[in-house]
Amino acid sequence: MTRFAIPLAVFAVLVGFLFVGLRLNPREVPSPLVDKPAPAFQLTQLHAPEQRFGVADMKGKVWLLNVWASWCVSCREEHPFLMELAKQGSVPIVGLNYKDKPQDAMQWLTRFGNPYQLSVVDAEGRTGIDFGVYGVPETFLIDRDGVIRFKQIGPLTREAWQQTVLPLVKKLSA
Amino acid sequence: MIRTALLSLLIALAGAGALAREAPPAADDPALEARLQKLSTELRCLVCQNETLADSRADLANDLRREIRDMMKAGKSDREITEFLVARYGDFVLYRPPVKSATLPLWGGPFALLALGVVVWFVLLKRRARRVAEPALTAEEQRLASDLLDSDTARKTP
Repeated sequence: MTRFAIPLAVFAVLVGFLFVGLRLNPREVPSPLVDKPAPAFQLTQLHAPEQRFGVADMKGKVWLLNVWASWCVSCREEHPFLMELAKQGSVPIVGLNYKDKPQDAMQWLTRFGNPYQLSVVDAEGRTGIDFGVYGVPETFLIDRDGVIRFKQIGPLTREAWQQTVLPLVKKLSA
Repeated sequence: MIRTALLSLLIALAGAGALAREAPPAADDPALEARLQKLSTELRCLVCQNETLADSRADLANDLRREIRDMMKAGKSDREITEFLVARYGDFVLYRPPVKSATLPLWGGPFALLALGVVVWFVLLKRRARRVAEPALTAEEQRLASDLLDSDTARKTP
C-alpha cells in the first residue's frame, strides 16, 4: 500500500505547487514601498511649467498617483477608465508623466481627454525610480499622511478598482 | 593611376575600421565602469526579469545604470547602492536573495531534501540488510536440501 501512497503523495504536492505557481503573475513584483511614506519629489507641472508640485501638497487627501506616458500602449488601454473615475470624482488623480516629451504628453491629453487634476513631468525617470516604477502604467494610492497604501502594476482595471482600491479609499477617507 | 586607386582603397578601409571600433565606455573612468559592470551582474533587470542589469538593454536598465554610476561617483559603497535599489524594487532585484525568514525555505530547502534523501537511503539499506540475513537452516533442513541438490545432479549426469 505504502508502495503507491508515497509517490502519489509526492505527486499531489507537486501538482499543488504547480497549480499555485502557474497562476501567479511573475511580472507583478510586490513593492516594498506599500505602507511606507511616498518618496518626496518636487517636479514641474506639465501644463504650468513655472509651478511645482510635491506629495506634501496633497496632505489631508486620499489620492491616486498614476504613472503614464504618451508612448505607453497600456496607458491608452487604461485611459477610458481613468476618465470615468475622474468624472465620478471619488478621488483626485495626479499624473506622473514618465520619461515623455511634454509636447507629446500634452497632445495626448488633448486628443484623448485629461483625467488628471494635474500632471507633473519626470523627464529623466528619476522620480519613477524612487517610486520603484518598472512597468508603465502604475498607480499608487496615497493616504492623508502621504503613505502609499496600494500599488497597481499595469493598467488600473475596473475589477481592481472595485475589489481593492475603492474599499481602501472608503476606509482611508472614513 | 594604380597608386591613386590603392590609396583610396586604403582610405576607405581605414574609414571602415574606424566605424567598426567599439563604442567608448559611457564614463571616462574605466575603474568605475568595471565596478559598475561587476555590481550590475548581481542585479536583476525588472523589465526583462531573466536578465541582469548589466546585460539588459531595456530603458529602465539604462536609467538604473546611470543612477548607479552617479551614486558611485558620489562615493557610495556597493552596499549602499544595493540598499537603495532594494528599498525601491524589493529583494527581487538581487540575484542572491538575503537569508531571512521568508527566504529560509529557499536557502534551507535543498539541505532539507538532502537530509530526507539520506534518511530514506538508510532506511532502505536497513531493510535490505534484514532481508539478506535470513535465518540459517536447521541441520535437518540442511540435510534435506543437500539431498535434493545431490539427487538432482545425479539424475542429470549420465
